[in-house]
Amino acid sequence: MNILAVLKMVPDVVEELEVGDDGKSLDLDFLRLIVNERDEHALEQALLLKDKHGGSVTAVAIDAPEIDDVLFTALAKGADRAVKITDVEEGLSTRAAASLLAQVLPKVPNLLPADLVLAGCQATDDLDGQTAAVLAHGLELPYLGIVSQVDADGSTACVLSEFPGGVRGEFEVDMPAVLGIQASEKPPRYVPVAKVRAAMKSQTIEEVSAGTEPEASLAAVTGMTKPEAGGKAEMLDGSPEELAAKVGEILSERGLL
Amino acid sequence: MAETTAAPDPVACEITLDNLLEFPEGREILTCIQCGMCAGTCPYGDVMDYPPRRIIKMLQAGLLEEVFTSDSLLNCIACYACMAKCPRGIRLTELLLPLVKEQVFVQLPEVPAELQKALENTLRYGNPMGESPRKRAQWVTTTDVPIRDLSKKPERVDVLWIPECYMSYHPRGQEAARATARVFHALEVDFGILGAREKCAGECARLVGEAGLFDKLMDDNIKQFDKYDFNRIVTSGAHAYDAFKYLYPRFGFDQIVEHTTPFVARRIEQLKPLLTKKLDYTVTYHDSCCLGRHNGFYEEPRTLLQAIPGVKLVEMAHNRVNSICCGGGGGGMWLDTFYAAKGYDRLSDRRVKEAIASGAEVLAVSCPYEVSRFEDSIKVLGYDDKMVVRDVVELLAEAMEP
Amino acid sequence: MPGNVWVMAEQWRGELSEITYELLALGRELADGLGVQLEAVLLGHDARGLAATLGAADGILYADDPAFTEPTAAARSQTLASLAEERRPHCLLLGLTNLTADLAGILPAQLGAPFVNYCRDVRVADGKLEARCILYGGKMDAAVEAAAEPVLLGVLPGVRPADQGLKSGAPQVEDVTASVPDAPRVRFTKYLEPEAGDVDITQQEVLVAVGRGIANEDNVELAEEIATALGGAVCGSRPVIDQGWLPLSRQVGKSGATVKPKFYLAAGISGAPEHTEGMKGSDVIIAINTDPDAPIFGVAHYGMVADCLEILPALVETVAAKKG
Repeated sequence: MNILAVLKMVPDVVEELEVGDDGKSLDLDFLRLIVNERDEHALEQALLLKDKHGGSVTAVAIDAPEIDDVLFTALAKGADRAVKITDVEEGLSTRAAASLLAQVLPKVPNLLPADLVLAGCQATDDLDGQTAAVLAHGLELPYLGIVSQVDADGSTACVLSEFPGGVRGEFEVDMPAVLGIQASEKPPRYVPVAKVRAAMKSQTIEEVSAGTEPEASLAAVTGMTKPEAGGKAEMLDGSPEELAAKVGEILSERGLL
Repeated sequence: MAETTAAPDPVACEITLDNLLEFPEGREILTCIQCGMCAGTCPYGDVMDYPPRRIIKMLQAGLLEEVFTSDSLLNCIACYACMAKCPRGIRLTELLLPLVKEQVFVQLPEVPAELQKALENTLRYGNPMGESPRKRAQWVTTTDVPIRDLSKKPERVDVLWIPECYMSYHPRGQEAARATARVFHALEVDFGILGAREKCAGECARLVGEAGLFDKLMDDNIKQFDKYDFNRIVTSGAHAYDAFKYLYPRFGFDQIVEHTTPFVARRIEQLKPLLTKKLDYTVTYHDSCCLGRHNGFYEEPRTLLQAIPGVKLVEMAHNRVNSICCGGGGGGMWLDTFYAAKGYDRLSDRRVKEAIASGAEVLAVSCPYEVSRFEDSIKVLGYDDKMVVRDVVELLAEAMEP
Repeated sequence: MPGNVWVMAEQWRGELSEITYELLALGRELADGLGVQLEAVLLGHDARGLAATLGAADGILYADDPAFTEPTAAARSQTLASLAEERRPHCLLLGLTNLTADLAGILPAQLGAPFVNYCRDVRVADGKLEARCILYGGKMDAAVEAAAEPVLLGVLPGVRPADQGLKSGAPQVEDVTASVPDAPRVRFTKYLEPEAGDVDITQQEVLVAVGRGIANEDNVELAEEIATALGGAVCGSRPVIDQGWLPLSRQVGKSGATVKPKFYLAAGISGAPEHTEGMKGSDVIIAINTDPDAPIFGVAHYGMVADCLEILPALVETVAAKKG
């Protein structure tokens, strides 16, 4: 089995996000990026399929700050190949990036066709599109999202997708296909730092120049603001005991205690 | 038998399982007489499939691979009990166990979730809680004594004080941090902190088997230390103390390292007159593994406690070299679910029961992990109105209050 | 002259979802603001009867095909794309639920039309649509405009009260042609129901919800104690389910249940839209989180910046004391 895992970076919300001077984008000063959590699940699912069926996994990403760490980590986790698309303008929207990938990936030597292309089904910065779906359309491949289970045998994949109320749907998907991963069947594995450092020394990330301009995004942010802290909640103060007592009062007031 | 296991010189970091026998500390391992003191003294000895004695035998028989595939070594909380009792003085906890655990770690089919998160957080944010590094010194704004943040305004100081992660981010840890600052201030210690530039020492990561993470943190920390001008490091982290003192010197860091407790104890004559408030507490002191068994600082914390007017010191059944670990070291802090799933009782529960039996109402500690672990056990066992946990510095600061 | 405002009527197991009415309420405002008609697009099979509750729309476009009995996106996307190219609506409102997510992903690409995601509100200003969107899990709010038509808007549940969009008296239903792929490459096989849960969380009056902040599986017990003492049940956000600390039947949010208990205690839950959409209708919501900027405080009635691992044990005692 030949599987691609598509990764991207998103703002790390552990750091406080601030609005930049232009009033419509993030202040870059203290911004740190982290790999999109759903993409980590996509990579894990790819590795699980490789563990089960053999084959190879390639981690693919567009150049971004700290992406090298992410790609080396993918290699350390068991990916066979890491490809970074370079010479891409910074700050592309989700849709523009996905469309670009759809154009560039077919030109990467020995990359496509893959049996499966996995990417997270969503990301917190997806303002104008879903990476996996847009990629599928660009590659002219079938798409199914919100995937939480995949098994592949021969030319079709048996895929579970999530519906409301804990209900899941079982689908047959013709391969090659793009799947939008919601959750890998097991949580993303841990990789010891020594292994990542070893990968940085002994393995390389293939760099491929995009060689093409991205499409214009069709939706634009005209203003960005921090939502009011606390929103509408009445904030309570005190020691844990005092706070618990207040909760008790609220419950009693409503006849629940 | 040595009262302390303190190594005379730093552990050679370049020792691996492959080149073990090229080093004296490594050859020393083969002098094991298979007496079983290690297995007998291990607090988790009843569930430890591979106590040090067995590991050494497997090593000699060329069967070490089998040890790597067992997750039993995750039960080791690096309490130094085996090393303290070993009649050969073999560097079990310091050297052999982390090397073996590193391989166990690599082979684990799944790292327990909480531990994985703590390690990933430590790598990314420099603390196991996953809090923003920029907020590491935020607690400083809540102190009533001036604290110099050298990362914001570098200046020469005598002491670089390293509160470490729990004191910086955990609410109970921050109380101890404030108390420490007050005590330092009262003793006119010339100190500063690294603020947001401070990172976890990573000793517990090393002890659970993540040597690579430790190495990375050490690289980062030494680079930071090199930028500032100070005479000594004083750290509140007992595990951090071990890392800075015994491992960092191999990588070019050669300044004096002290832990808060003995540092303050040496100034007892200066401190005594300041301890004016009478605290009528019956206190028992829990010897932490690193400060106690590993480094021999048994009397210093007791000296401090006995200097507080009104304090009556009682001892638990297991004290000093025989102290029972709180269960937090060597990754234990993040393996409670793992142990519970296996049906083990919590070491901190065992210890709290002993504390209660000693007749004390205050359990005094000097390692930040212990505060949250013992307070948790007190709640679970229902002793809330019988006992409180206090860091030694918290009691000192309380006795300094008007 | 702008085209009409379209709302995608969403069905789940033979019934129209609540979000359909929420979107109709919003759609009505937009259509009035733009001075155009509001049309509901209904794709189904032998489902014309569902039009009875779509009275809030001025007209209904109904396409019938057996392919629409399957919860797959390709047939819907193809039909909508072809309809949109023909009729040139100004915008199409799509609900951001598990049922429509794939469609919201594919359709904009298929149409080459702009897509605006995570909309928590949409208004008309100077004859144009302005959306307000949630980004970074609720940490930022963005005002967004589209550069072309039709504007495809992915709208979060709860944008307007459903009863504002629920009106009977079916307006004119126009039959339109379905356009479906001949050989679908994604084929639905069957539904898998969640494990017969001991408890139906949607029927509980009191829910104690745990999130990542609960730190480990052991602490779920604390929540259980409180829930049991209050005659309720424990539920959780996605991360807790993914870790296996609670079964799927206890999940609240996008892939889980929508609950409306009298009391919802959110312990250690950040409040990303995927979770809050499933619980924000609760009568009283109390949130505990160590992050003062956690989005959960935007939907909670009461909040406390605290460690749930400290509050929960204290609450166990408070409840026990008050009861006993």
